[in-house]
Amino acid sequence: MRVPLWKIAHARSGDKADRADIGLFAYDPESYAVLRREVTRERLAAHFASIAGGPVELWPLDNLLALKIVLNGALQGGAARSLRMDNLGKSVAARLLRMEIEAPADLPRLLR
Amino acid sequence: MKRVRIGAGLGFYGDSWQPVRASIERGGVQYIASDHLSELTLAILQKDRQRDPAAGYARDCVPMLAELWPLAAKHGVKFVLNAGGLNPQGAREAIARVLREQGWKASIATVTGDSVAERIDELRAAGESLAHMDTGADIGTVRERLLFASAYLGAQPIAEALARGADIVLTGRVADAALSLGPVAHELGWRWDDWGRLAGGLTVGHLLECSGQGSGGNFGSAGGWAAIPDYAHLGYPIAEVYEDGSALLTKAPGTGGRVSFDTLRQQLLYEVHDPHAYRSPDVVLDMGTLELRDEGGDRVRVRGASGAARPASLKIVAGYHDGWMGTGMIGFAWPEAYAKCAKSAEIVATLVRERGWAVEDQQVEYLGYDSLLGEHADPACRDQLNECFLRMTIRTRERRIADAFGRLFPWLGLSGPPYVGSMKGVQPARELLGIWPALARRELVEPAVRVEVEAT
Repeated sequence: MRVPLWKIAHARSGDKADRADIGLFAYDPESYAVLRREVTRERLAAHFASIAGGPVELWPLDNLLALKIVLNGALQGGAARSLRMDNLGKSVAARLLRMEIEAPADLPRLLR
Repeated sequence: MKRVRIGAGLGFYGDSWQPVRASIERGGVQYIASDHLSELTLAILQKDRQRDPAAGYARDCVPMLAELWPLAAKHGVKFVLNAGGLNPQGAREAIARVLREQGWKASIATVTGDSVAERIDELRAAGESLAHMDTGADIGTVRERLLFASAYLGAQPIAEALARGADIVLTGRVADAALSLGPVAHELGWRWDDWGRLAGGLTVGHLLECSGQGSGGNFGSAGGWAAIPDYAHLGYPIAEVYEDGSALLTKAPGTGGRVSFDTLRQQLLYEVHDPHAYRSPDVVLDMGTLELRDEGGDRVRVRGASGAARPASLKIVAGYHDGWMGTGMIGFAWPEAYAKCAKSAEIVATLVRERGWAVEDQQVEYLGYDSLLGEHADPACRDQLNECFLRMTIRTRERRIADAFGRLFPWLGLSGPPYVGSMKGVQPARELLGIWPALARRELVEPAVRVEVEAT
């Protein structure tokens, strides 16, 4: 079934120069396995096509049940020259949590 | 086993120091590591210094220490802070003055030598291109517009200051995590090539450098944030660091917030690029081997950091003038709140065009609809809004245009769409700053570093 990421994961984002970076954290190992499979660089690039001018980078961290995601060229050159309300990219994580993925309906987190 | 307890101070220039009180009074800390500088705070400080040569430091350190130093002295707590900004000596004088006025004594150290703004040509002559780290662009393209340029120093000068008896260590630009790593390495007697232990200390510094974000603040989640207890009295994180490089993360008893596996792992990956090579001037950390064990009760054990040798170059961040931003805002009540904002944006765009203003870029956002979520806003909400605010911004080379842009909006109140709110004055032009990250070999920077310790 289609599931938005916020149902199985939490996330925080920040800025470094023209990069928005996001930590995406599964609530449990079962959800992490789904994130590993479904949250790919290609899908992230498509989801963030409207803001990421450069390549998307992705690192899985099994020890933290987490994915580290970096969107290059995503902050209009950097927080202090950006025209956006969210110049620091703090809400980029919220934008990620709206992404929908395919997940089994019996995932423990979804049955809570 | 030897141990040292470090408490988080501020996480940015303007942050609250009230939570630091609880860490000193009942958190058992020996040091407060306080981070006053974001990537571009030095640009603000540079403008201050242009107006007043005695300024150029993060001014909040003065009232902070005036209030907290008596308590810190009573509990034997020392402060390490980067509030020196572009003028650690100026910060030292201001702090010494206020402590003297209150009859307090302290040995205050300054760490200087991080600023390379006056040494750009010298570094280039020595073979450093100072090309933009991400784009490879030539620094010559922004050379005339540079406002500051500072190298990120490491923890060694901080440890040296402490070894020489400093109670308060004031630095300029240092790696944020070095504010903790300095006192940790000093207290535990670590060698500067003991990469594993240093990596553990760096991990702790990174977890503490954003104050409340390490203890439940900004817990990015749907629903999870609401379960964080007592935000009003949120305690800043505290780390008890052991000889082997492992640590216990916690906070002062009786404070709000939450130190857990979930809140800590959010901070661990915050503003990190490659988590397997988190670079600092002192060590390169691999977070892939870290183990976070949540013991409950706001106690998390952190161990297993892997470290690789420190990099041969230091990171330099420079800031340069990059035009002006003009901002206009106007809000409308139902009915058709969004449509009226959109119409206003169209009217303003017409006025800008007719005036022939040179505008490099513009942004149109609808507060209450898409100003934070952008294209990820749910369009089903758009035409049902109770109220909506238009925010329009432009980037231009001319300050005059940026100022005039904001003045286009009030007129709409009587001559535009109906049910206006928010006519609360005009926003003046704001200077925009570009950021220029570059690298320089450490042997070109470090010989200029000075540590001076003086009693008040």
